[in-house]
Parts: sequence; structure tokens; C-alpha cells
Amino acid sequence: MKITIWGCRGSLPSPGPEKNIFGGNTSCVQLEYKDTCIILDGGSGIQRLGASFDSKIKEVNILLTHLHMDHIMGLGFFQPLYNSKIKVNIWGPSGSAESLEHRLRRYFSPPLFPIRLNELPSHISIFEINNSSFNIGELQIKSEYICHPGPTVGYRIEANNSVFVYMPDHEPALGSSHFPDLPEWTSGYNLAKNADLIFHDAQYKNSEYANRIGWGHSSYEDAIKFGCLAKVKKMILFHHDPLHTDEQLFKLYYQTKERMHVPFEIELGIEDKVYELP
Amino acid sequence: MSSHSIEIILSRQLADNLSIPVFIVDPHGNLIFYNEPAENLLGLRFEETGSMNVSEWSTIFKPQDENGKLLPAEDLPLVQTMATQAPAHGSFWINNLNGLLYQISVTAYPIVGRPNRFLGAVAIFWKTLEK
Repeated sequence: MKITIWGCRGSLPSPGPEKNIFGGNTSCVQLEYKDTCIILDGGSGIQRLGASFDSKIKEVNILLTHLHMDHIMGLGFFQPLYNSKIKVNIWGPSGSAESLEHRLRRYFSPPLFPIRLNELPSHISIFEINNSSFNIGELQIKSEYICHPGPTVGYRIEANNSVFVYMPDHEPALGSSHFPDLPEWTSGYNLAKNADLIFHDAQYKNSEYANRIGWGHSSYEDAIKFGCLAKVKKMILFHHDPLHTDEQLFKLYYQTKERMHVPFEIELGIEDKVYELP
Repeated sequence: MSSHSIEIILSRQLADNLSIPVFIVDPHGNLIFYNEPAENLLGLRFEETGSMNVSEWSTIFKPQDENGKLLPAEDLPLVQTMATQAPAHGSFWINNLNGLLYQISVTAYPIVGRPNRFLGAVAIFWKTLEK
């Protein structure tokens, strides 16, 4: 599995000279395995991905965790959607009432976007998922609803005994007086358990989280505690707050490493960084 | 060990923060959590009992009508909710494990997650009389 980060910023694209290292594009990750191409989320990072898209790829699967704007805002600018020779499958969580297609149409329509979903030349299929297991190519994928406002899933992707987990927006500590002690009562545990590599929400420093409880995101500390509970092998701290500069992110990272005993590898998500799993 | 669905986890987190007694059961009727106010009312601690199946929790407190006649499990609101997947309400008497006789009022509602997945039920209850 080859995993490329095209965007790891949370909430809002936030380019600027003070964010050149980690990047300002919102969530978008590409996973390639043999002939299969999966894109996790369609944040603003998907635009650059589309611009350098391998012309040999004739089918692409976009797995959306949820439909908050920072995770879909790049879809309309993804070049393969305008290529009739490419088949695009979009997967995303079921809601309570409105279908995934209807919710996506709200974005692909004026005044938010000039082109409607059915006007796109690409062949688009839409698949609704919930707590589901499915295969794309040789990849085995599990999705489960996790703790974040609105219908939101995380993904566990397995191939050749390697496990990659993607939970960019997740607040497992919400309201729990037992976090992180009880696996069976912890959101996302099933997905993250023993992951080789996990991209996990770490939007806030602890002092910021205290005033943002219930917004659906994690502090660095909670992300790491969650990783300990799930016994992950490596965690990429993801979904950086749009106000955090490169300097602040480095500071937060080293302070956290100094303060906590972290029994696994942690790194900050960086745009363009590539990870390989066997 | 696997985790409960997010809907059940959030129900427990809410129950954990309430000062009214709450029961949570899974889709099979197993009592998977009750909060501290419920422990105080029932005279039983969750850490000691752990999960209980429906035949245990529906009889352990000897639910009875005002004449002392034991009620069958299917007359209890939470069991009705499990059967119908619809809210139910009722009042009856119980013997708590400290030997006290309480009249309690119970409201049960189903937990139905997206998209229409029946995941269990919650009962909130409160003491209305004591003998």
C-alpha cells in the first residue's frame, strides 16, 4: 500500500508562508495498491491530486468520511470528474433521512457550485455505507460510524496483512468518564485495533480542546491515548487546526512527546508525505 | 473484544452524566449498562454484576403490581420496547436488593441508528413511592 497525503489541514484551507511545511489543504489522502486507487476524502487537497492523476487509471474510488465542507470542497475541482473515460465511485455514510446522493447534490448545485452532479461527464456511482464491510479490488475495507457531529465514518483498510486506518475527524473522549480505559465503550476502537498506520484527528492542544468539547475533534493527548488503547504501531497526527502555524505545530509535537510516554511512533501529517505498507 | 456501536456508546456517556437512573440493553435484551443513580435505587453495582441477560434483570428485582402479584417480563416497558422497537411506559413495584419496596415509573425508548438499525433500548426510571 502506498499512501500519499494531499491535504491534512482541518476545517478550512489555510495556505500561507507560515504554513509551508505542513501545508494548508484540507483532508485528502490517496491509497494505491496494485491497480486499485482509493481517495480518502475530497478536501481541497484533491485538486492537486487530480492535476497529477495517472492517466492509466480508469477507475477511482472516493471514500468520504462525512460531508462537512472541508472534506468535500475539492470534489468539484477534481479533474477526473470531467473525463468521461474515468469511472468514479463515491462512497459515504448513510444519514437518517436524506440519501447520500441528495446531500452531495446540495454541494454540486448553485449557488455553491455552478455544475450539477448529473452534468458531470464522468460516470459516477454513489454507494451508501454504514457499519459495513466491502472490498475494492484486493483491499478489504471496514467502515463504522464514529464520534463526530453528523453521519461520520472511519475506515479500516487491509491488504496483505497490513492495516491502514483513517479517522481524520474523531472525538473519542466526548463525555466519557472512562476514556481511555474501556475498549468496548470507546468510539472507533474496532477500526483502530492493532493498526500498522493510523491517521487520526489531533486538531487541538489540550487548552483549546477544553473550550471545544463536542465539536468532534481530539487533542494531541487524547489522540495518543486512543492510539495506546488500540495498540496502534504508528500514528500520524492529522487535521491540523487552520490557525496553527508550522512553528506552533512543531512546538506542540515536541512538547507532547516530552510530556507523554508514547509507546508507538508518532508523526505530524505533512502534505506530499508518502507512506508505504507492505 | 469489540466495541459497541457509537449510538450505544453515546447513550452510555449521556447516562453516565445524568442524575436520573438509566438502563441500557443491547439488541438481544442484555443489560449492558446502568448508571450510578440506578445502582443507588436498585441496591446493586454494575461493576459487581456486569452484563445481565433479560431473564436475570427482569426478575431479580421482583417486579410486581400494587397487589404484590409478580409481573411477567413481557409486561415491563423495557421488554415491550425490545419486542416492538417502540417507546413504552409503565409503573410497577420492585424489591431492591437492600430489601426496600419501591414503586417506580419507567419510560423506555428504542435506539435506532442510521439507517434504521435497531441497536438496543434505553429505560429511564424514577421512584414514585416507597414502602
